[in-house]
Amino acid sequence: MPEDTSKIAYVAHLARMELSEAELVKMAAQLQDILAYVAKLNELDVANVEPTAHATPLTNVLRKDEVQPSIETARALRNAPEQARDLFIVPKIVE
Amino acid sequence: MSLHTLTIHGLREKLRQGEVSARQATQAVLDRIQAVDGKLQAYLWLNPEDALAQADAIDRSGAAKNGKPLGGVPIAIKDVINVEGQPCTCASKILKGYTSVYDATVTQKLREAGAVLLGRTNMDEFAMGSSTENSSWGTTKNPWDLSRIPGGSSGGSGAAVAADEAIAALGSDTGGSIRQPAALCGCVGLKPTYGRVSRYGLVAFASSLDQIGTFTKDVLDSAILLRVLSGLDPRDSTSVPRPVPDYAAALGKGVKGLRLGLPKEYFISGMDREVEAAVRAAIQKLQDLGAEVVEISLPHTDYAVAVYYLIATAEASANLARFDGVRYGARVRGEDVIDMYGKTRGAGFGPEVKRRIILGTYALSAGYYDAYYLRAQKVRTLIRRDFEQAFAKCDVIVTPTSPTAAFKIGEKSDDPLQMYLSDIFTISANLAGVAGLSVPCGFTTHPKLPIGLQVLGKPFDEETVLRAAYAYEQATDWHKQRPPLS
Repeated sequence: MPEDTSKIAYVAHLARMELSEAELVKMAAQLQDILAYVAKLNELDVANVEPTAHATPLTNVLRKDEVQPSIETARALRNAPEQARDLFIVPKIVE
Repeated sequence: MSLHTLTIHGLREKLRQGEVSARQATQAVLDRIQAVDGKLQAYLWLNPEDALAQADAIDRSGAAKNGKPLGGVPIAIKDVINVEGQPCTCASKILKGYTSVYDATVTQKLREAGAVLLGRTNMDEFAMGSSTENSSWGTTKNPWDLSRIPGGSSGGSGAAVAADEAIAALGSDTGGSIRQPAALCGCVGLKPTYGRVSRYGLVAFASSLDQIGTFTKDVLDSAILLRVLSGLDPRDSTSVPRPVPDYAAALGKGVKGLRLGLPKEYFISGMDREVEAAVRAAIQKLQDLGAEVVEISLPHTDYAVAVYYLIATAEASANLARFDGVRYGARVRGEDVIDMYGKTRGAGFGPEVKRRIILGTYALSAGYYDAYYLRAQKVRTLIRRDFEQAFAKCDVIVTPTSPTAAFKIGEKSDDPLQMYLSDIFTISANLAGVAGLSVPCGFTTHPKLPIGLQVLGKPFDEETVLRAAYAYEQATDWHKQRPPLS
């Protein structure tokens, strides 16, 4: 049952996004409406249709394997919420 | 002299002649913003001193007087395109305080062309919405009726240009986010073909659909600006190595013999009567000018909104994963890194963005991928084929841009599906990757609100789109009318 709030809670976990109980309930109802609407795609027979991932007429765009200048460390860190010694600081990951 | 009311080409003429300076032009636009933006809230950020300093530099360099295409022209930029040293928040709390550390390619091109980069315009958070009501910093008002929405997601850019708060503006269009606000505010909005303009430095929403484009006061300005922005960029692998034509040079060829495709699926019930009448009158006008009408069919039109809301949300759920409180933006502390991500994103994103991340994550999750995302991509192929077949019979397709004029603030904000359906006429162009433009084609009567005519063209055939829109515009005076702001 996709409309279950527990299902929404699971999807929210996959998306690494905390939702309140009220948000879960509201979103479950809205998602149910939207999924009911998009179910109209089941009316079509797409068995022999290739998917379209994008509308570009290009394939395998490659550049030369050359070193190019990029944003230097100080600029990259300018908006960091927490930094030290030219690094982004995050909570401990490995025990 | 009211310099702020001028077009790009009108202002450039005065700058070239030395009648005015870039500083005077910029000051005039800043004065206009000062006078009306308290009511409209089109801008999120503005730095008059910085804008005037840019203008002075342009005056000193002689760029205002010489042949630089935008020398001394003040231009506003949607808060989703990076301008080094200016904020870029995508109207989201999660990017509050963020300052861009580099220029988008279009920003660089504007600078090289001599433009003054005025400030940041309001939008729906991360470009998700059709009204700017999803901005974290408040709703922009429609200049024609302050109780109504300006459209979205680039509503700030649309309102700013319509209200003469900028000579022109940039926006982005993922499902209609340039064309719909242009129609609802009464200016010209151009979404170029996917691949025509580099997206490097545009904060990504749905990467297979996003395209940067323009808001201008007339079609000639769209042509001028498009030439500046277009072209291959090694930093965007989806930008296409095709020559950039002189779009303005091709405008005056007229529409004699041009085949206008009328998709029967677009003239159906549910459309506002005044909108339909205005669009039909515009088509008649184009016929009077020598164009021929061909009935065409885009049989999968009815599926476009469903396809769009699966593909766009799936791509968004992946693109927005980068906003996790590690490298930039707001961070909410947590017990461990996963907890920090969850709290940061839960506090930083607004309701519509959360809704779309959930829908997109769901559509991509194990067990649902084939049923939702893959199926949507297959139906996208059918929609693309519809356009290929239609363009075998016609040169451009003409439709309404939006089924209604601007709606009231709050009217649809509690009903996401109804809001999504307001994009019904614009979404297909992004799915198919074709070019599209909205040009003013009339007004409703009570209240007086702008109506837009949408012109869709073959991929990379912006020239014909602009030519058709120009012929129509020059035969009418809708684009000269201004909202009754004091």
